[in-house]
Amino acid sequence: MSGKPIDGPPPLLLTGTPGERRRRLVDKLMTLLARLAAWLAVAVLAIVVGSVFVKGIGAFNLDFLTKNPVPFGQTGGGIADSIVGTAILVALATVMAVPIGFLIAIYTSEFARPSVANTVRFALDILNGIPTIVIGIFVFGVLVAGHTQSGFAGAVALAIVMLPLTARSAHEVLTLFPSSLREAGLALGLKRWRIVLRIMLPTAAGGLITGVVLGIARIAGETAPLLFTTSIFSNFGITTNVSQALPNIPVTIFTLSESPSPADHEQAWAAALLLILMVLILSVVARTFHERSRNRLRG
Amino acid sequence: MATRASPSSSSAGLFTTRRKLADRIGDPLLWGLAGLASVFGVGLLVWIAITVFQKADPAIVKYGFGFLVSKGWDPVAEHFGALDFIWGTLESSALALIIAAPISIAIALYLTELASHTVRRPIAILVELLAAIPSVILGLWGILVFGPFLNDHLEPALQNVLGWIPLFSGTPSPYGMLNAALILTIMVVPIVSAIAREVFETTPHDLKEAAYALGATRWEMVRMVILPYGRAGVTGAMILGLGRALGEAIAVTQVIGNTPGIHVSLFAPAASLAAQVASEYQGATTRLQASALIYLAAILLVISLIVNIVARLIVRRSAVHP
Repeated sequence: MSGKPIDGPPPLLLTGTPGERRRRLVDKLMTLLARLAAWLAVAVLAIVVGSVFVKGIGAFNLDFLTKNPVPFGQTGGGIADSIVGTAILVALATVMAVPIGFLIAIYTSEFARPSVANTVRFALDILNGIPTIVIGIFVFGVLVAGHTQSGFAGAVALAIVMLPLTARSAHEVLTLFPSSLREAGLALGLKRWRIVLRIMLPTAAGGLITGVVLGIARIAGETAPLLFTTSIFSNFGITTNVSQALPNIPVTIFTLSESPSPADHEQAWAAALLLILMVLILSVVARTFHERSRNRLRG
Repeated sequence: MATRASPSSSSAGLFTTRRKLADRIGDPLLWGLAGLASVFGVGLLVWIAITVFQKADPAIVKYGFGFLVSKGWDPVAEHFGALDFIWGTLESSALALIIAAPISIAIALYLTELASHTVRRPIAILVELLAAIPSVILGLWGILVFGPFLNDHLEPALQNVLGWIPLFSGTPSPYGMLNAALILTIMVVPIVSAIAREVFETTPHDLKEAAYALGATRWEMVRMVILPYGRAGVTGAMILGLGRALGEAIAVTQVIGNTPGIHVSLFAPAASLAAQVASEYQGATTRLQASALIYLAAILLVISLIVNIVARLIVRRSAVHP
């Protein structure tokens, strides 16, 4: 930045009174520290993702993705059952959370008085702040205690994590909806519900989908809500029965990471590589998409 | 649209009646469904609180509020206390926040004031991606990579230089409070820096230019304009980050050691509320133990509700999200 005199006084450190020199020195120092902080964060990301990649790539192969786990003590095997389980859990949670989240967003952005809308959004922000392990305990108390763990209970817990995220992002997209379009609809004699369903949602579709994808990226890696709802698996092999506990990638990584065996650690790293690839790709795609749809809505 | 001429007038009539009917139900129906969904969302919050407290009730009845200040966790003797865990939660989160706050503010300042247009967005996205790493993976990295590094390099080095401070005494260990606090720092930084950046971006340009016009250096402008202007918002952001750290269960349970006890040394294993709940997910054998575990979750719920409500009120008042 030293080449840009517009941002501050001349860059020469040795001119001026001692007081001026000190001020410039402090300025340089603080600039350096801010730069270091930003690079530190990027470096930590690179180190964590790099470690997962280096340690996971060894066991990451077709067998790992397509085979089921082998009994304890044997080598080989894969996490096919966990991949299927996570897909089912995430899909089910998305189907539950998205309609309710969108309806809440329609209410807060279209129908509610500002004070009511603010109260609803405040409550959802607080819901978003509840530790996910407590949400796991809640679903355990309602659906698991007295029964057994089930994929359905796990999906409900993930849906509760996803609901406030979806509602908030949808609200933010829907409030960008140009009032000129709404007024054009009203002037043509269209009713509110038609404007919402036929004009508002299609116009905002890009932003809405972005929010959903970010929500999916978030819940795909959630472990805490699943510990009390779908973590104790009775049978080996791929199951699609949501009334039983479904094996899933996050809980598999968690239990493998607690194991003392290096072979299990290798599997944990490979599973972590799969999960981190999924999550990072979803996040990056959603964010790039987000910018584009936002710019389009703003015209 | 409804009165548009159509080749066949009878079908147009049918079309308009059906349309009118749909319009008559459509508005109240959508309004009702949307309102119902909102009531459900708000009600869910209450439902969660009631259920957690109900399930904790046997332990609340047996141990009362003394649970909050009693130490030890012995399932065999049915002696349960929450103090070790409350302390562990508060200490690990506070440490994480103390380390994360200056780093996050520096990142936010870098992104708003220093970074050129070409690197600004990529770096902002990379910092936010840090928040996207699933906590179980951060925990895995914490035990298998970061823990050994702490044990072999960082903790001995800290001890050499700062060993006279009791915090850095004791034997280095791959698990423990320091590991947990640093892993939490990694989780908190992206959250705080993202909100702080939004706050700093709202600083009026004329104020910044006024400071420059008075001959301020960039740092002096930051200190005299941006930081005071964003104080409330940044405070809110930090409390939100604290809320995130308090509730983290998985990564903490992987790296903190899960050994109840209050130690001065940061190297020593410890335990936290969320981590203890997560670590005993398969292990609760008696109804009382399960209930005591849920009592811990209830305490965590109350702490995080208070922290989040305070943070949201502050952030909202500072009008970051208009």
